[in-house]
Amino acid sequence: MKIYGVALLAACFLMGKLLGRLLGHLINIDSDIGGVGFAMFLLMTSSIYLRKKKWLVLETEKGIWFWSSMYIPIIVAMTSTLNVKAALSGGFLAIILGIGATAVCMLMVPLISKIGREKSIDSQKK
Amino acid sequence: MEIIDTIIGKNGLVFAFLCVGIIMLFSSWVSKYITNKKIPGVAIAIIIGLSLAFLGDEKGISNIPLFAGMALLGGPMLRDFAVVATAMSADLSKIRQAGLAGLVSLLIGVFISFTMGVLIGLSMGYTNIESLTTIGAGACTYIVGPVTGTAIGASSDVIAISVATGVVKTIFATIGTPLIAKKIKLDNPHAAIVFGGLIGTTSGVVAGLAATDEELVPYGALTSTFYTGIGCLLCPSLFYVILRFLDI
Repeated sequence: MKIYGVALLAACFLMGKLLGRLLGHLINIDSDIGGVGFAMFLLMTSSIYLRKKKWLVLETEKGIWFWSSMYIPIIVAMTSTLNVKAALSGGFLAIILGIGATAVCMLMVPLISKIGREKSIDSQKK
Repeated sequence: MEIIDTIIGKNGLVFAFLCVGIIMLFSSWVSKYITNKKIPGVAIAIIIGLSLAFLGDEKGISNIPLFAGMALLGGPMLRDFAVVATAMSADLSKIRQAGLAGLVSLLIGVFISFTMGVLIGLSMGYTNIESLTTIGAGACTYIVGPVTGTAIGASSDVIAISVATGVVKTIFATIGTPLIAKKIKLDNPHAAIVFGGLIGTTSGVVAGLAATDEELVPYGALTSTFYTGIGCLLCPSLFYVILRFLDI
């Protein structure tokens, strides 16, 4: 049944959010640190485990795939609810800084992914 | 008209499904027949979404009662739920390989954004350390800005600027990523993990990657979800103390 997949996704999601909150609580921040990231790890590992046990059948997986395919429409809905007026009314500083910081970070992508890649190739050689 | 208002008012989420479905249909049509598939349909849909946001105020189009359901469909709960589901198509071994690069990119991403915020803030005449820290935090994400500003007691207009900066970042990442992707070699999971860590604003990273290459989304989402937390950790503490120590 598809609902098993959705329920598995929900379990991973809530567990991940809980871990993120606990981590935040641990270092005294009232915010979620990497909750979605933890949830993604949980979903990946649990689906690999369940697949090995042959408990994860295609019909169950379809429940997860449905939500996975819904994220683009959801992102479109999200962009239509952004506070674009505030972004423009924040003035010159907000616009220059928002664009500048993003652009500089984007340009760092080839550099940093190179460092990581050399390391991963090194570890493979070992 | 009143009957229609009541039906939509009571079934906002369902109406939002219909609206987004129509936007997606229209944008893939435009992509196919007008731009000859040169601009992906998703990118067009996102630009339509952003322009619709101009019709409302602080909550975009969902400020209009008829479209209130868009806030539910595009809200953080369903967004995170769907993004977690994309992990099904991610390859764990690729993530393991890029783990260190991801961590490095997170720290460098927060550091660069904060430093740029302080420098640009300084050049625009802000000298108060609390203001500079808040502006720097706003250059991380629109959550880090107000969290930091409130924690160290910055003035509300500076907090507003920090939120605006974060939103500009999200929008620029959404539009800019597909345009710059080739130049920065953002075409593989490894680079997407680094990209997510450097840019950090989850909504911008996910929307930008979706418009570039859907397969990269889970990788970018994975690192970027740690960014806001790390920003909230470093900006009001370590970075603030360092700025006070430097005493600009």
